[in-house]
Amino acid sequence: MTLNRPPKRSPEWWLTLPSLGWLALFFLIPAALIFLIAFRPALPNGGIGAGWSLAAVKSLLDPSYPMVIWRTIWVSASATALCLGLGVPVAYYIARLPAAKRRWVLLLIILPFWSNFLIRILAWQTLLHSEGPLKQTLELLHIMDPRTTLLYNVWVVLTVLVYTELPFAILPIYAAAEKFDFSLLDAARDLGASQFRAFWTVFLPGIKRGLLTALLVVLIPAFGTYAITDLVGGTQAEMIGNVIARRVLSDKNYPQASALSAALCLVILTPMLVALFTQRRKPKAQTSNSN
Amino acid sequence: MGDFFELQTVTKTFGAYQAVNNATIIIKKGEVFSLLGPSGCGKTTLLRIAAGFEQPDQGRVILDGRDITALPPNERQINTVFQNYALFPHLTVWDNIAFGLKIAGRSRQFIKAEVERMLDLIDLGEHAYKKPAMISGGQKQRVAIARALINKPQVLLLDEPLGALDLKLRQRMLLELDRIHDEVGISFLYVTHDQGEAMSLSDRIAVMNRGRIEQTGAPVEIYEAPKSSFVAAFIGDTNFLESGKVVEQFPDGYCRLQLDGFPKVICYNDNNHAVGEPVVISVRPEKLRVSFDEPADRQYHNKVRGQVEDIIYFGSETKYFVRVQDYRLSVFQQNIHFLLEERQIKWNDEVWISWHGNDSYMLQRYTPEDERLLAVPDPMI
Repeated sequence: MTLNRPPKRSPEWWLTLPSLGWLALFFLIPAALIFLIAFRPALPNGGIGAGWSLAAVKSLLDPSYPMVIWRTIWVSASATALCLGLGVPVAYYIARLPAAKRRWVLLLIILPFWSNFLIRILAWQTLLHSEGPLKQTLELLHIMDPRTTLLYNVWVVLTVLVYTELPFAILPIYAAAEKFDFSLLDAARDLGASQFRAFWTVFLPGIKRGLLTALLVVLIPAFGTYAITDLVGGTQAEMIGNVIARRVLSDKNYPQASALSAALCLVILTPMLVALFTQRRKPKAQTSNSN
Repeated sequence: MGDFFELQTVTKTFGAYQAVNNATIIIKKGEVFSLLGPSGCGKTTLLRIAAGFEQPDQGRVILDGRDITALPPNERQINTVFQNYALFPHLTVWDNIAFGLKIAGRSRQFIKAEVERMLDLIDLGEHAYKKPAMISGGQKQRVAIARALINKPQVLLLDEPLGALDLKLRQRMLLELDRIHDEVGISFLYVTHDQGEAMSLSDRIAVMNRGRIEQTGAPVEIYEAPKSSFVAAFIGDTNFLESGKVVEQFPDGYCRLQLDGFPKVICYNDNNHAVGEPVVISVRPEKLRVSFDEPADRQYHNKVRGQVEDIIYFGSETKYFVRVQDYRLSVFQQNIHFLLEERQIKWNDEVWISWHGNDSYMLQRYTPEDERLLAVPDPMI
């Protein structure tokens, strides 16, 4: 085992200094500032007062929040589940394509990124608008009542969220599937597994890392989403991101916005840190096992 | 021992490429049967048809009297040891071996007992809780075998199972495979391009070439009496004497041949060729004797004179390349005497080469395509 151990870490870590510095300056310090501002008093004209106050933190107990938080959680979780559910078969399909065709299909998946995110959401707005083609068609076919609307509900938010996040789910899953050894599926079949069972017991664990990455990459932006809800969701589909945006943009109450952001940050970070530490412990246990 | 596992007149085409062409193999119960051939000869396709991963265009797969051609791999009582083992990387050795029984929904106690029995068979108990990435190639190989055998298959398919191992380990695993086969006693269908593996392990061998079975027989039959020049050249080393013509027949089955660029030789006339018919003969290097003194005249013995062009000394034996007119014969001689006290054969020495007329074989001539296959080194080596 000693032979397999990597050589002692030499000054290689210096190489990470630029990116560490970047992260510290533009990510860690601002994040710390947000946590700090949450404990400052708000001034009536929109500024941040001197001294300390728990007012902003206490504002988290606002009776309207639990509903918004619950909606944020279930919409993001559903969007993530749908993205993974749709992403896995697509990634499997692409990974099994001949290499020459793969490039074209991947290009098609990346293609939507070439137009601006907001423009794509506005396109949905146009598409689903009361004067838009979809609604008009459905009215003509007497499937929809002219008085109702397709827009401004939580299902539209979910649909558009899945639409925008799906490529981000497909790409990491594909990256994992592409490295997957498909002869393992033959082996599972050979050992008595049905196609479905082989997929479930061998393929999915084989692309676990890709699934985990896809999960984080979809879930975290979904938690913070506010542009989609703003443009196609309306007030009934409000999520936590919209509340934060309102506290900043119209109320100019930075401490309350900070308190909400910090709370959201903790909600996301805690499970991630737990996952990270449990992941780390595993390989250690194995190494000691093999000695 | 009756016929047990049969691939009957199997044909398989991929696009324009005919991978397997009307191949029939019949494996007896408990037998180790090898499919031997160069890469691209169709042996792996035939194995995949046996396992159920490919459907034949024509032909049938019969197991113990039952037609299983249409059955998917998970419904066949056949298991495979894959070329690169295909161990599940996310599962431990223990869970890999238990996989088949878990799928079959066996009880926990049963699985535990069987896995432990298998770990015992492959002698890997202490590595049971490691992941495949943490064990060596030879150990992975044994896990792959245990994972297949635990399902009590009626036939075990092995696809180039030793291809990824180094020479020493390969030799050890061969003995191991032989021992495991003796213990479990089921039929093995062993696919390899390595004639050494096939010869030492198999009860019978089928030599494949360009999708066809060229010859099926015991290792000794295949080696001593190859039917085609492809088989003769693929199994071991040989000397071909081409462009022969029968010029005289003897009453007890021998004949005299006239060759271009070589003295007349006597050969046993296996195929009853008439006078005037063209033939190719093959004679193995170890059947030839090399000596300074002219051998005594004996009935149906050949002796020709030549000049030593090259010598390769292996210790236990020596290989001589001897020029005889237009041919360069390779001669393999066991060093049974104390060479330092002998008069040693040196480069450019004039020597006699002799062999009995029954030690050479008449063959079906091979095609330029065969020659190309024999010349291309197998990428798996």
